[in-house]
This record gives sequence, C-alpha cells and structure tokens, in this order.
Amino acid sequence: MVSCGPFEKDFLRKIGQAVDNEFRIPVVIEEGHMELEPFYSPGRRQYDGNKLLQQVSSCTKSDYIKIAGIFRVDLFIPILTYIFGQAMLGGDAAVASVYRLRNELYGMKKDDALLLDRTIKEVVHELGHTFGLIHCHVSSCVMRSSTYVEDIDQKTTHLCHRCRKTFEEEGK
Amino acid sequence: MAEKISILIVDDEESVRDSLFNWFMEDGYDVECAENAKKALLLLESREFDIVLADIKMPGMDGMEMHRRIRALNKETIVIIMTAFASVDTAVQALKDGAYDYVTKPFDPDDLSHLIRNAATHIALKAENEALKRKVTTLEDIDDLIGNSEAIRKVLKQVESVAQSNTSVIITGESGTGKELVARAIHSNSPRKYFPLISVHCGALTESLLESELFGHEKGAFTGATFNRKGRFEMADGGTIFLDEIATISPKMQIELLRVLETKSFVRVGGNKEISSDFRVICATNRDLRSMVKNGTFREDLFYRLNVVNITIPPLRERIEDIPLLVNHFISKYCTSMSRDMITIEPAAMKHLEKFEFPGNVRELENMIERAIVIGNGKEIKLKDLPMGKEAISSSVESLDELEKRHIEQILIKYQWNVSRSAKALNVDRVTLYNKIRKYDLKQQE
Repeated sequence: MVSCGPFEKDFLRKIGQAVDNEFRIPVVIEEGHMELEPFYSPGRRQYDGNKLLQQVSSCTKSDYIKIAGIFRVDLFIPILTYIFGQAMLGGDAAVASVYRLRNELYGMKKDDALLLDRTIKEVVHELGHTFGLIHCHVSSCVMRSSTYVEDIDQKTTHLCHRCRKTFEEEGK
Repeated sequence: MAEKISILIVDDEESVRDSLFNWFMEDGYDVECAENAKKALLLLESREFDIVLADIKMPGMDGMEMHRRIRALNKETIVIIMTAFASVDTAVQALKDGAYDYVTKPFDPDDLSHLIRNAATHIALKAENEALKRKVTTLEDIDDLIGNSEAIRKVLKQVESVAQSNTSVIITGESGTGKELVARAIHSNSPRKYFPLISVHCGALTESLLESELFGHEKGAFTGATFNRKGRFEMADGGTIFLDEIATISPKMQIELLRVLETKSFVRVGGNKEISSDFRVICATNRDLRSMVKNGTFREDLFYRLNVVNITIPPLRERIEDIPLLVNHFISKYCTSMSRDMITIEPAAMKHLEKFEFPGNVRELENMIERAIVIGNGKEIKLKDLPMGKEAISSSVESLDELEKRHIEQILIKYQWNVSRSAKALNVDRVTLYNKIRKYDLKQQE
C-alpha cells in the first residue's frame, strides 16, 4: 500500500490491518513520492484517476501481488465528474482518495473515525476489483457499488458470503 | 441478473472508452468498445447488444446517424446518446428518433449507474413480458385439443379459420367432449387473446342470478347488493364471453341477451346508465337448438344471431383412434401435476379403453386416468386400476349364460354346495337352482 500524500502513520496502519484481515494477505505500507502535477487537469481542477492508476501499476514490485495507492486529491475519470477510487479489474493496481470521503466537504463536522471507516471500505473495495470481484447487490457487502459517501456508510468493511467464495476460488 | 446485459460503447476518445469500459466491467456487464460508428455498426451486425452508449459527435458518421442505422438493424437495442455539448434541440431530436435517453459528459457517477440500471430493468421487463405472453399463448394453445382423427382435425380447422374473425360461434357436442376447450382455443388464437375470456355457466344460475351475473348490478339493486358489481359482459370488454349451456336460459333472458348482442350495450341491474362493451360471444350447448327453435322453447332470432358458425365436437366413441393419444396426454398431465415419474399403460388396459363407450366422453376418460394414476402401482396403469372393475371387463367378453354359470358356481362353492342356502343367496327357489345346475352341468369338486 503506497501513501501518496501526507497521512498519519496510524491511519495507514489501521487500513493495512483491515486489508490484511479481509484478504488474509500481509500488507506492506510504503511512503510514495509521486509527482502529481502531470496528472492534474486544470480544466476540471481534478486529478486523472486513470493515469494515476497506470502510474501506480508501473510501481509494482515483484515482491507484491497487488499495489494500492492512497491519495488526498480529488480524482476523476474523463467520463465521470468524480470517483472515490479506481482499480484494474483482475489486475495489479488500485487507487483510492480520501478527498471526497471527508465529512467537511459536505459541510459537516470533521469525523476522523468515519473517515477511516470510509477509507478502509474504499481500499478494500478497489482491491476486491483487482482480485476479480465485480459489484455486488448485497447491501452490506463491501463490493456494493457506492456513488455517494452515504452509500459507503451503509455497507460494511467485509465481503459477503458469495464474494468471499469468489475471492477464495480466484485465489486458488 | 439472469443473463449479462451487453453494452457497446462508441466514442472516438480512447480515455472515455476506457473509463466507461472499466466502470461497466466492475458492474459485471458484458462490455465492448468501438472507436467510430462504422466499427460499431460492423460489430452490431455480427452480434446483438442490449445497450449502445454512443457519442453524438464523432468523425465520419455522427451518433444520431448511427442511431438511425442501429434502429434499422435492431429496433430492440437501447441507444443512449452522450455528448459533451448539451443542446436541447439535439436532445429532443435524439429522443424523437427513439433514443432511450440523452446524457451530457461528464456524468455524475450516480446518474450513470441509474441510467444503466433503468435500461437494464427495461430490458428485463420486456423479456419477462415476452416470456409471459408466450406462456399465456402456450397455456391456451390449440395444441390442448388432442386428437388426430378426421373428426377432430375438422374441428381444429374450423377453430383456426373462425379464430381470426369476430363472429358468434355455437359449439355443440355431448357433455364432456371439450366444448370449453374449443372456446378457449378460439379465444387464444384470436386477436382478442390479450383480453379476458369470461366463462359463464348459464345452467348453474337462476334467472335473476344470471341477470345480475351477466349485466352486473348497482348498490342497493336488491337485498344483498351492498356494492356496485361489474357484470360479465363488462368484464369481457375487448375479449370473449363464453356462455355455456345456453339452451338453459329463460325466455326473458333470451330477449335480454338478444338486445345486448345487437347493441353491444346494457344497463346494470338497478342502474340507469347505458354501458358499452366490445366482446365476442361463443356459446355452447349439448342440446339440439334447432329443434328447440322448432318447438318454440328457444327464440329463432337469438338462434340465428348466435349460430353464425357452428362447430360440432364428435363424441369420443366416434373417434376411438384418438383414445391412445388422449390417454398418453392425460398420463403426462397428471404425472407432471402430481410430481410423479412418467408411467405407462398396459396394452390390455388400453385395448379395453378403446372398446369402452365413454358416455361421459373425454372428461370421463380423463377422470379414469387420473384415478388409475392415484390408485395404481406407480409404474404402469393396469386393467384392474380402471374404475369399471373386473366384472365389467368380463362382461364385455363373456356371454350372459357364461356369467350366470360362473356366478352360480361361485355361490355354490361359498355355501359348500348347500342348495337351500345357495338358492336363498341367489334369491331363487331350489327347483330353479337345480335346473340351472343341470343346465350348466355344474359338479361339486372333490
């Protein structure tokens, strides 16, 4: 897991722990030093999620099976106004941003615990895609598609029974 | 989702194609991309897509033109037009041309999800509707009329030719020949098939009940009429009304019925508002209406109004070659409905059925098979499983003398050849019994 921006170590550690718990795969946290300017779109005042994903993917080392980049900036893909995260389905890389997960963005009181919870869900969700999992219809499943933060709050940090089975079968 | 929804993305911008491709793949859709209209049309000629998401501005052929060509290829494909330049005129034109929706780039992720989800629901509902339509047609299909005899083929031909028209039909035939089945077949093969088929058993209702049943009633029209009720003619609007046992209706109802058939309008019992209904009438009877007209018990004008086409269903005894087909059909029907393994019928039992008169016609045969499946051994219908019993079976092969001889012998054995007791059991005097013993040369076994 690569942090791209200033994050508290404890915040990253807890995310790593949650990922480890969910996928039963050891997580290594590294500090990234990525120059973000080339990915900035002045017209949209956002960062191109697709390009960042490619960049993160190119940083994959042979020791790691997957790489997840965590950002603080607002991400977009050309067709959508914003995204919380993006992943290569069945690939090796995923990106997620805390930018739109913060309560403050919606005029609400800062809530660190909630931000951590949302970030865990987003990172687990995107990594789920890298393991070949697609969106799930089970409301509590972490793989359920979320287009608003409220949607993220509705689901849990865990895979449902069916997604877990798919994940385990993919792992074989 | 039973089957994956397929989506074709057509956009000249690679980043847009890739973004949408990834987004839809994560949703589990079957996605393909094309960079221009020409390639998209080529793809559409080789396979079907449920949804096409097309950019409006593309080099070569624009999205609107491509949409028109897609419509020419397959009208069922849902086309959603995307553009970076919102213009009401283009949006209106796209929708006028039959596009499902129109969206402006970039979309809100939630809008995109909703758009595709709605389109997927639309596709699923359409497929479900088609499946249900097919199911309804199959359920009431002409195939339910089983038989290969000349007589039944003639009936089927008549059903086929009369179904498309709007004329009144009288179906005649003995009880149990399948008059209602023929009525259903006519209805389900007519243009009225998506509207109701309303059946009324005229013989089962008294005059006043039949009147209220056919025309409906207003609240307070009579004791117990606590609410307004639609009549069967009203319910059959757009469809067919089937009047079974039409010969049983009273002279007063005959006049009322004639008026309704002529005007296609009526007034509910206790009401004063004229109600119109567009229905087709099919009647059935096991009586000879023509002779009823002759002896004045059935109105001549009503008879001619109803008897535009007459279909006569032959009794089962006149089409014995259909019995094996019917037997197999009922075996399959009841084994399926009782969730049992398919069974067979022993040749002797089938032979016997083919010889039976069946006064109750196909209905009687159906009941016999159902009973035999219930009481049988679950593998094969045997002669003993048929309801007429062994005696009836024997009677068809033995003469009366043989039967008498066997019966007397059985009684004598039962009473150890005590002639007095045997005569008493047979309800004859001793002299008669002695004469019978002599006649049949009956001897006590050692």
